[in-house]
Amino acid sequence: MALLEVENLKIYYFTREGAVKAVDDVSFSVDRDETLGLIGESGCGKTTAVFAIMRFVAPPGRIVGGKIIFDGNDIITMSNEEIRLLRGKGIAMVFQAAQNALNPVMTVGKQITEVILEHERITKEESWERAKRQLELVGIGSERVKNYPHEFSGGMKQRVMIAIATACNPRLLILDEPVTGLDVIVQRQLLTLINKLRKELRLPIIFITHDLSVIAETCGKVAVMYAGKIVEQASTVSLYENPVHPYSQALIRAYPSIKGEKRGLKSIPGAPPRLINPPIGCRFHPRCPYAVNICREEEPIFRKKNGHLVACHSIK
Amino acid sequence: MALKGFASFAIRKAIAAIITIFAIVCVNFLIFRMVPGDPIRMMFRDPRITAEQMQLVREKFGLDKPLWEQFNCYLTELFQGNLGISFWQKRPVLEVIADRIPQTLLLVVTALAIAVILGTILGAIAGWKTGTKIDSFILGISLTLYSVPTFCMGIIFLLIFAFQLAIFPLGGISTAASGLTGFGYWKDVLWHMFLPAISIVLWYGGEYVLLTRSSMQDASGQDYITTARAKGLKESAVLRNHALRNALLPVVTITGVNLAFAVAGIIEAETVFSWPGVGRLVYDAVMKRDYPLLQGTFLVFAVAVVLANLVVDLIYGYIDPRIKVGKSE
Ligand SMILES: Nc1ncnc2c1ncn2[C@@H]1O[C@H](COP(=O)(O)OP(=O)(O)OP(=O)(O)O)[C@@H](O)[C@H]1O
Ligand SMILES: [Mg+2]
Repeated sequence: MALLEVENLKIYYFTREGAVKAVDDVSFSVDRDETLGLIGESGCGKTTAVFAIMRFVAPPGRIVGGKIIFDGNDIITMSNEEIRLLRGKGIAMVFQAAQNALNPVMTVGKQITEVILEHERITKEESWERAKRQLELVGIGSERVKNYPHEFSGGMKQRVMIAIATACNPRLLILDEPVTGLDVIVQRQLLTLINKLRKELRLPIIFITHDLSVIAETCGKVAVMYAGKIVEQASTVSLYENPVHPYSQALIRAYPSIKGEKRGLKSIPGAPPRLINPPIGCRFHPRCPYAVNICREEEPIFRKKNGHLVACHSIK
Repeated sequence: MALKGFASFAIRKAIAAIITIFAIVCVNFLIFRMVPGDPIRMMFRDPRITAEQMQLVREKFGLDKPLWEQFNCYLTELFQGNLGISFWQKRPVLEVIADRIPQTLLLVVTALAIAVILGTILGAIAGWKTGTKIDSFILGISLTLYSVPTFCMGIIFLLIFAFQLAIFPLGGISTAASGLTGFGYWKDVLWHMFLPAISIVLWYGGEYVLLTRSSMQDASGQDYITTARAKGLKESAVLRNHALRNALLPVVTITGVNLAFAVAGIIEAETVFSWPGVGRLVYDAVMKRDYPLLQGTFLVFAVAVVLANLVVDLIYGYIDPRIKVGKSE
């Protein structure tokens, strides 16, 4: 059994205008020692999906169906105390737009020791030693343990967030767009760090991004999300070489080649649908160049092709 | 480094406070020079007094000199602690005020401390549990209390609890000629203090509830709260260590400004309940047209507010790390 198994997960936001089907029948799994990339346009439900894994979905959002099995236990049905003990220790998360994710009136050292002291029976002194080691692990000098967040740059704050997330050796790390909004050089350094940690700590990771080039260097496996649904899952290399789903193809064509060849930037025409009233049939059909009648009427089911799991009517 | 930053911050704030006090002194001097009427006439409200006698007194007080020299004289005397002579009580203003300060401190410190602590706690609970029944309850009560002026609330309290039900005294600080001493005396004082204190607490506390509630709402929606929860911290630790500390920052800042408004409430409460403090003295000075006394009470209140603001600023600089280093680098 995989470390994390998400089955037919459905999360809706119940707004005044209607239910926003942010995550609709999504299934994926993460094995021990595996890195899953979750990619898709803004608003397709990536954050919502991983928030459910931490059980952070709050009103107006609600998990309306499915299972999230982590290490054999169902996260959706466990008690508040069980999920609390899992957070930070079993599953850790670095949030999107983490510039304000650190408490401005607490030293970074205190913010690291806090999570260690919550989950481990060690003394305060030991926890501060651990905090210093964590800072060094993420490439910040341990002498800065008493500094406040405002004394760090954006990239360094993100390093501190990673130091907090990895402080208790979690069994699963979730990174929600950890490098978005930072400049390219800092992005590069952070990705190098994440890769280093992944290898050294043998840490399973779910890596969310809408930047393909970022996934290429970190993840072995990719799930492509579109409008609240996963449309294709495959190994990263294979997805790059032979994307099957028309949306994956468009997504890959929309970015310059990671190897540097000029393939020509093409953006995908049209806009992603609103998730209150998603299109009937395949949700991508209004933007799909290959759409035929059946695409407008029936939801495609997952089929295998070239080792990819794809939800598209074009596959027989 | 942090301490050095804080020291320079403290010095800057102290200098600003001194400049403010000087400005207050100037305004205080000028305002009373602009009031219509002849101060000497006010002093001796006796038609039999001759022009020569008045001229003599005028020279004695230096009122025949140019404004600049008068100001000079005012400053010199002020530095020596001379605030003039009260027309009404015929003794030094400083003495009259000093006699009243302990009573005001007793009432004000007690009432404001209770108001701030209670208001902050209730506001924090309401803000943390926004949208729940307990929030609506706290919010409803505070909005009502906050919108009623102190003197109005005071008069209502007097009517109900002192006049109708007669469970509290009508005014004053202690029962006259009761001969009480020690514990009995203090119990009597507390009994007299109850109504004026509660009317300040309710009015001022309501404002703190509203303030803390909104800054708590703001803090509890911040990303660092989600981070704290993602660490697996208990909800109580998230509230105390993360939400509350951040929510209190704006509350502390506003406390300084609020103290200036509190003065109005203190004067009203002391007047309504005949509490023998500095606030009541302001009212009496106005009624008796005792300009030197009024001038003295103005100065005392203004300086007290500036000093309290200084303390608040220093506390703020201490609890918000972003300020200390802010200017030292
Ligand atoms: N609190 C909310 N109330 C109503 N709708 C919401 C709420 N939060 C998210 N949504 C909707 O749910 C959908 C998915 O949002 P989500 O944040 O999961 O997307 P995302 O893929 O993480 O996007 P991004 O790349 O911009 O972070 C969006 O259409 C969004 O409008
Ligand atoms: Mg997101």
